[in-house]
Amino acid sequence: MNAPLVSSAISVAASELDLARIRADFPILRQQVHGKRLVYLDNAASVQKPRAVIDTISTCYSDYYANIHRGVHLMSERSTLAYERAREKVRDFLNAASVEEIIFTRSATESINLVASSFGGMAFKAGDEILITGMEHHSNIVPWQLLCERTGAVLKVAPFTDAGELILEEYERLLDSGRVKLAALVHISNALGTVNPIKTLIELAHARGIPVLVDGAQAVPHLAVDVRALDCDFYAFSSHKIYGPSGVGVLYGKKALLEAMPPYQGGGDMIRIVTFEKTEFADLPNKFEAGTPNIAGVIGLGAALDWLTAIGLDVVAAHEHELLTYTTAQISEIPGLKIMGTARDKAALVAFTLSGAHPHDIGTILDREGIAIRAGHHCAQPVMQRYGVPATARASFAIYNTRDEVDALVAALWKVKELFA
Amino acid sequence: MSDLRDLYQEVILDHNKRPRNFRVLPQPTHKADGVNPLCGDRISVFLDIEDDVIKDIAFQGTGCAISSASASLMTEALKGKPVAEIEHLFEAFHSVVTTDCECPRGLGKLSVLAGVRDYPSRVKCATLAWHAVRAALEQRKESVATE
Ligand SMILES: Cc1ncc(COP(=O)(O)O)c(C=O)c1O
Repeated sequence: MNAPLVSSAISVAASELDLARIRADFPILRQQVHGKRLVYLDNAASVQKPRAVIDTISTCYSDYYANIHRGVHLMSERSTLAYERAREKVRDFLNAASVEEIIFTRSATESINLVASSFGGMAFKAGDEILITGMEHHSNIVPWQLLCERTGAVLKVAPFTDAGELILEEYERLLDSGRVKLAALVHISNALGTVNPIKTLIELAHARGIPVLVDGAQAVPHLAVDVRALDCDFYAFSSHKIYGPSGVGVLYGKKALLEAMPPYQGGGDMIRIVTFEKTEFADLPNKFEAGTPNIAGVIGLGAALDWLTAIGLDVVAAHEHELLTYTTAQISEIPGLKIMGTARDKAALVAFTLSGAHPHDIGTILDREGIAIRAGHHCAQPVMQRYGVPATARASFAIYNTRDEVDALVAALWKVKELFA
Repeated sequence: MSDLRDLYQEVILDHNKRPRNFRVLPQPTHKADGVNPLCGDRISVFLDIEDDVIKDIAFQGTGCAISSASASLMTEALKGKPVAEIEHLFEAFHSVVTTDCECPRGLGKLSVLAGVRDYPSRVKCATLAWHAVRAALEQRKESVATE
């Protein structure tokens, strides 16, 4: 990007120019769906991949692929170098203190499970509490429930308002029980779009000596995250939601915590010396990376972070915010349409219901118009229960989406309205 | 919109809006729930079976237009039928919503759901109520899921 977007207030022509270039980076956006151009608005589920990422993965396999950390031959050395360079890119992206604090996993889900299993197994006993929020994705609920079953710990859930904002006084009250051993919370809710004030929440927890895990799966593609400024203890995200390949996740953890924690899985790569009597574990971060990882995937994630950083997360945030504002205004004019999640600080996704039309039917009709959205419970069934709906439809945005696409969405929703009138 | 009208036929839209036999039977001889975890559809079916004949059948729940209309049409199709015919009807219905077959005769109004065959992700919606009926007949206590 030699002509970066400066702010959302720049001229329309300039922003369209850059958008066209950004869109040209995504081969899939040229696809047709049912004879219509693809309008991809399911980015919160998984985002499309730029050419740079596709090419990086392809180059890895065609030019220098081999297993890492174990070969003396050139290909292994090159693969190891590229893999470890990706770790450095993640460190830089999160502003972590050291690459030892960056663990590669399969997904955000696995990152959370790692903490639940390793830290959880070490820190929890019967009667201890884990505090989550009512707007968690299932991946930040179920691992803790399993931990509770194993240890007798208790899951506590912080409530939120109708707008989708956490109630700070309630959060503090729950932290004050004296039994909370870990707070786990979502940075941006995938079901509501709420951006939680995690810096404040982390401060509240730390004031009581409680460590905090942040589920950042929805946050990293949309806003700059600085784990040292936040002072979070763990931060989890998935590569596939940040323009990288699927099958790779990241866990950031503070070094002192990771060092104290036992390994999550046993196997190759995570050991120093193995005998049948005893095994000495490898140092960080390898201690937590048993087995051959997704080598090309990790390297692809590095390319995705480079690509995104070159555009600039402030530019991304400004563009997506504009799309959110425009979408919210446009679809609010449709009678019977109700937006779920109206937090003041909100990411670029709109979850909604439309009276008379089930989200699943909306999804099918939009698909025939070439528009991909998500319909369902978004792996956040407790959120659906909170609002008393079985499901919602959700349009979620990425850097490459345009106002034209919002117009297509709105026009298609009017058609749904017509059909189910 | 024309191909969408093949899926969302008037009969389907009508049954979605005004589902028939949409109520609870107070003392059913058979009952089961069906859930579609993908989209949150949730249907309960109730049957009153006497002398191997379906004397009454009803359903309740929430779902998309396809699953609601299919449940509604199913109750109309099954009421008064001998239990022995259910399996045969289900098989015929299943092939209509999943294959390009000629509609078997005897399906009556159920064949309006044939459009579902062009929407593979919606087959589960169309068959949810039927799966629940089969579960009810087997007297399975737990709810059935479509996946
Ligand atoms: C908020 C949130 N957390 C966690 C996850 C889980 O991500 P993954 O399935 O990549 O592990 C998701 C994915 O939808 C999410 O939206």
